[in-house]
Amino acid sequence: MKTPVHDAHVKAGARMVPFAGFSMPVQYTGIVDEHMAVRTRAGLFDVSHMGEIIVEGAGALDYLQNLTCNNVARLEVGRAHYTGLMLPNGAFVDDMLIYRLADRRYLAVVNAANLDKDRDWFLNHTQGFDVNVEDQSAAYGQLALQGPEAPAILSQLTTTDLSAMRYYSFAETEVDGVGCIVSRTGYTGEAGFEIYAPADATARLWESLLGAGAPSGLIPVGLGARDTLRLEASMALYGNDINDTTTALEANLGWIVKMKKGDFIGRDSLARQREEGLARKLVGFEMEGRAIARHGYPVLREGREIGTVTSGTFAPFLEKSIGMAYLPAGMWEPGTHFEVGIRNRTAPAVVVPTPFYKRG
Amino acid sequence: MFPDNYKYTKDHEWVAVDGDIGTIGITDYAQKELGDIVFVELPEVGQELKAGETLGNIESVKAVSELFSPVTGVVLEINEALEEQAEIVNQDPHGGGWIVRIKLAEPGELDELMDAEAYGSLVG
Repeated sequence: MKTPVHDAHVKAGARMVPFAGFSMPVQYTGIVDEHMAVRTRAGLFDVSHMGEIIVEGAGALDYLQNLTCNNVARLEVGRAHYTGLMLPNGAFVDDMLIYRLADRRYLAVVNAANLDKDRDWFLNHTQGFDVNVEDQSAAYGQLALQGPEAPAILSQLTTTDLSAMRYYSFAETEVDGVGCIVSRTGYTGEAGFEIYAPADATARLWESLLGAGAPSGLIPVGLGARDTLRLEASMALYGNDINDTTTALEANLGWIVKMKKGDFIGRDSLARQREEGLARKLVGFEMEGRAIARHGYPVLREGREIGTVTSGTFAPFLEKSIGMAYLPAGMWEPGTHFEVGIRNRTAPAVVVPTPFYKRG
Repeated sequence: MFPDNYKYTKDHEWVAVDGDIGTIGITDYAQKELGDIVFVELPEVGQELKAGETLGNIESVKAVSELFSPVTGVVLEINEALEEQAEIVNQDPHGGGWIVRIKLAEPGELDELMDAEAYGSLVG
């Protein structure tokens, strides 16, 4: 499949790769260059591959409360939150954002690679709820404008007062005459926006934003830097750091688990785990040398394999090798040393506080 | 774009020969494919290598790529500048981004390698 912006990527000379059934740009000028643009100026991402599922009806709130771990009752119209679509074992069908568009109308934004699974999960759990679920992914394009210059760039194209928008709030407004959802969210650790637009207007919006941002140094950014940026900001990636076997508590996402909201799928497992204590937890680490730990590399202590690296990269802004791994209890304190198996040798690593990067 | 006086491998390495010494690096095509190079794992000086054996590894932000020695011989010198500035391989792959110098034990192996024209059409 192609996103609505596909032709512009090819024309710009992007390196295209298959991802979740889409032909996606992995880089334009280079991962480091694009990463640094987002940290110091601004970057524009085409993330139209992401899935959009609309949940609507008198029972929408109760339905979403049952399926997800965060407290949807606390979500006001005009606000979004990060949450998990939960399995009975307290692990993830997927992680996602939920937007409350209206009193009884919600938008769930899910990972492209999980869209089919998520849609089925949503549809298979409607019994007993007055709710209508619709996969609208093909109707939406999505662009992410991220970086310190993002508010100034976007304000050239909209009348909405962006400075009044709080983190995780959104507005239904026009950007360059196109009706959009503009959301003060992102996957980079920078200030910025995610913009949901009608698919047939997304390519035009891409050009408008690049044009408006060019004087401030805005450049297009591919999936390569999207991954290094999210990892520097310690944001989990489904399929790497979280999956259907890692619970929300193990993933260090206890802050999205709201036990007091009432029953939901996975609650019993999570309550038991919280009571018994965790056997393993996702922590951030730094390599003590130049070698790079990558997804799937073994984690060792005193020669014994105790886990695997879930994500790892060279962090372009921090200029060091960082990663995440599930480590057993007793090894979560920053300063704890262990080794990563890299090819035929081991390299020293140390647990560090997360996020690795926090904007100043 | 690929120097005429170098020899090339299908693994996108080059060898520049001066007497019985071969200087080895990766091609411009290879550095572009790898993207931003951040770390080059170099062999030890004095290490003996057979053609086809692992010489080291190149880490880019995106991926790791193994380097294979195109020739048999002993490592005479490594490019120590790469230990601090691996990005030289991106900036000057056919020159300052050289990786090792090897004393050639079997110069006949060079005949198996491609010339610039053959390599150019391989990646063309």
